[in-house]
Amino acid sequence: MRQRYTLSRELVIERSWPVFLDLLVAAGLLAGFYAILWIAKFWFSGAIPEVEIYRSPSHLPLYAFYSTVRIFVAYLLSLGFAIGYGYVAAYNPRVEALMIATLDILQSIPVLSFLPGVMLAMMSIFPSRQIGIELGAILLIFTGEVWNMAFSFYSSLKSIPRELHEACTVNNFSPLQRLFQLELPYATIGLIWNSMVSVASGWFFLMVCEMFPVGSRNFRLPGLGSYLQTAASSGDNVAMVYGIITMIAIIVLTDQLLWRPLIAWSDKFKFENVESSTRINSPILHLIRHSNMLGVIQRNTLVPLGEMVYRGLAHRSERRYARNTSKTSSHRSSTAVFAVASLAIAAVIGIAAFHAITLLRLVHSHEVVLLFEGAAATFLRVNVSLLLATAWTIPVGVMIGFNPRLASITQPLAQIAASFPATALFPVILVALMKLGMGLGIGSIALMMLGTQWYILFNVIAGAMAIPSDLKEVARLFHFTSLQRWTTVILPGIFPFLITGLVTASGGAWNASIVAEYFQLKNRTLMTQGLGAQISAASNRGDFPTLLLATIIMALMVVTINRLIWRRLYKLAETKYRLEG
Amino acid sequence: MTEPIIRAQQVEKFYAQPSENRIQVISPTDLAIVPGEIVALLGPSGSGKSTLLRMLAGLSKPSAGEVFWHEKPISSVKIHVSIVFQSFALFPWLTVLENVEAPLKAQGMAPAERRERSLKILNTVGLDGFQAAYPKELSGGMRQRVGFARALVVEPEVLFMDEPFSALDVLTAENLRSELLELWDNKTIPTRSIFIVTHNIEEAVLLADRIIVLGRNPGHVRTDFRVSNMPHPRDKKSQPFTHLVDYIYKVLTRPDVPPSDVPTLETGRKVRDQRQMHYEMLPHARPGGIAGLLELVIDLTNQSGGRADIYKLADELAFEIDDLLPIVDAATLLGFLQVEEGDVLITEDGREFAESEILKQKELFRKAALDHVLLLRQIARALNNKSDHTIPEEFFLDMLDEQFSEEETQRQLETAINWGRYAELFDFDAARRRFVLPEEEQDAEESAFEASGE
Repeated sequence: MRQRYTLSRELVIERSWPVFLDLLVAAGLLAGFYAILWIAKFWFSGAIPEVEIYRSPSHLPLYAFYSTVRIFVAYLLSLGFAIGYGYVAAYNPRVEALMIATLDILQSIPVLSFLPGVMLAMMSIFPSRQIGIELGAILLIFTGEVWNMAFSFYSSLKSIPRELHEACTVNNFSPLQRLFQLELPYATIGLIWNSMVSVASGWFFLMVCEMFPVGSRNFRLPGLGSYLQTAASSGDNVAMVYGIITMIAIIVLTDQLLWRPLIAWSDKFKFENVESSTRINSPILHLIRHSNMLGVIQRNTLVPLGEMVYRGLAHRSERRYARNTSKTSSHRSSTAVFAVASLAIAAVIGIAAFHAITLLRLVHSHEVVLLFEGAAATFLRVNVSLLLATAWTIPVGVMIGFNPRLASITQPLAQIAASFPATALFPVILVALMKLGMGLGIGSIALMMLGTQWYILFNVIAGAMAIPSDLKEVARLFHFTSLQRWTTVILPGIFPFLITGLVTASGGAWNASIVAEYFQLKNRTLMTQGLGAQISAASNRGDFPTLLLATIIMALMVVTINRLIWRRLYKLAETKYRLEG
Repeated sequence: MTEPIIRAQQVEKFYAQPSENRIQVISPTDLAIVPGEIVALLGPSGSGKSTLLRMLAGLSKPSAGEVFWHEKPISSVKIHVSIVFQSFALFPWLTVLENVEAPLKAQGMAPAERRERSLKILNTVGLDGFQAAYPKELSGGMRQRVGFARALVVEPEVLFMDEPFSALDVLTAENLRSELLELWDNKTIPTRSIFIVTHNIEEAVLLADRIIVLGRNPGHVRTDFRVSNMPHPRDKKSQPFTHLVDYIYKVLTRPDVPPSDVPTLETGRKVRDQRQMHYEMLPHARPGGIAGLLELVIDLTNQSGGRADIYKLADELAFEIDDLLPIVDAATLLGFLQVEEGDVLITEDGREFAESEILKQKELFRKAALDHVLLLRQIARALNNKSDHTIPEEFFLDMLDEQFSEEETQRQLETAINWGRYAELFDFDAARRRFVLPEEEQDAEESAFEASGE
């Protein structure tokens, strides 16, 4: 026990808490068990593609529960996939470059383009069960969550210090032990931060994909997103307020019950040699750590199981040495297997690509022209929204960053604002915009900003806080004019952070264009010219050739912009504008 | 002759290049570790000390040749070795006890036995009561004790140590060294042989029964001898001790001269020295450091009549040989210093350089650089010949990486840029990664270049 309590009051708490803690934990476990039963019953019931959405607030908790479960399941899938993908990519030099390039491109494909395909596929796998539609929605959110997590895990693996790896090798760690004692701990912090971003973007897309048409069919899942859309299209303001409050409550609860404990817990995985002074505290983590019941459960299940597995692995490696198998022959056969497998995969990919290209031939030439015009319009809109967002976030962010007291108040608020799915607010804002007489052409810019400006604000605040005070003092000492102060101290100082924010925001804005440029409200379809609107429209019509071409165009544009502009600026930021030596 | 535990037979390490050339890191080397000895491996940075250690420990596969463990190929058998790392390589998220238990867990040992053995070894290395602490709560010396405990808990036959004391302060290192010797001499640990890589000559002479000195470009064994008639603990002030330290300094500072016989000690074999290099390797020293060293040498030689002992010089500066050697090498390369028998002599040019004021110094440095350093001469000439007076960095990178590893190529170019900027031979545009001739100085540069002759 490293902590010592000197105050008697704390001693009392220390003694009496565990009982309550155990009761709480027990209640939590029971509730979780019940929730799983409930979800299982619902998912395996008959499919109701067009479920009725009630606007009464009494249904909200259930809707919120359904949506949260979708997010949670999608997140778990993403986590598993990210770890598997990152692991394979990091340790197989033969496929590493290919896998990372794939990740880069997949990341640039607009998530919602997958929607009709994924939905129809899942419906045909589980034709008569609710789980089909549910899995469709979950897989869709998954595609919005997974890529940055996979990247994070991969780059963590690649940056593990060589000597730690050698310590594992020289002590004959099994891959499993290496995973649990080296790789996962090393990657934990990066994974947690990326998880927060991922879950936020999961909510963003869930709001949209709980209710949508594909071709002649309408899909509707009971959930918070469909509740908000129903409320908006029937003009029920009270219901909308309830829905938004529920959403905020979920975001705040996730932050308090999940992220904060996780961040506090992950502090021990910091790869540093000195103990840091500032720490995030979390009462929930304290609760979990001091619960006797969880401790007993862990000691009696996980620990012995782990021992068994490690013993088994050690014996297996003993036997391998005893048999003294020559490695070269197995190596040769694995090369052969690899060659055959890659040939087969290449063949399948080739055939699929050929079919996709024949599909593209069905797109009319005038439609192609329209698509390119739409791409130009969306390009313009994305950049205007970035510019506007930058214009207000730089002064505000710098002001907040230079004022530590203000920063400590606003940062958590900004974090919540950033986690709040902008799509939940879309209906409200659209209604307001239409009352003001503005069209979606301008409105969509506002909607894009709503989703992306927070990333920029965040980073500007962090950048302003990172400017060393001696640089600011120099500016004061030599009586820099305010123009000079901005051009020589502040802007170069926040540049790397600004770029990081802009890269994220740019990707987000392209993705948001699909929902921002095309909206169905009160049985009316609002749309403006743009690639995003064309993707949405094609998806709703079930016009797959156009959808495919539009998606390819958007992915290509995003990849090109990333390569040509952002990556270069990033490099510049990393070399010229780095503040620490 | 006892049977060796580990025997390396003609091991070498090289990296294939896209062009036909390959970069030789270690030339074919024979080496054997026999029971009952502490072997110290010394050498300048870039001589492949750590690479050799990793090949012997089975961590890295030799590019050619083979390593044997009790006369069986090392990849086919289970070997009993462990390593103590320079950076400790502890898992920061595991407690001290968990760190030490981890290798036993890998062996599938039962929890109770694991715990008992770990606590025992923690006791041995003096970490009683720290088992629940996390490494980041400990001082550097304590952390390395955990490193030792983790290495020793598996009772290795051979204990490898990769500069285990160089991340520690002098006193802590001294303390840990003597404790290690105590464990070894009293046979408290079942380890049969210790193999330590170090760049600290005194450390090698303090600990080792046998000392191997590596040379570089590519790495090769220059001398390999036993330290006889010096029982532990050794007295740093004794005659044989200082003689041996002096002798090793001489070997290290004169890479071109085959090592002479060790005074009163048996010598090792000579190994062929295979370098056919186009570019001389630029030592990574800064011009300011060179000037500072020369001034010190002048002071020292004034006191002692013409010569300065490098060992004394290092002592005076409280420098490790690894820090001092590049500066001495650089001064020698530029013709400012001469090294003879472990002593340094300042040349006329060197004296003039050290005693001039800054602008004159730059001019002398420029002249010396153009006279003696091929790479700088090539950069300067190419810049003068090109009409726009700019050359991308890749041009020289391509030429250098025929000869150096990727990392070393970068460092070579960095040093060249450093020297060239100081000499005002050229400037380097870091944003666009290219060499440029400063506009206003182009004319002056050209005349200076011509005046220096070629």
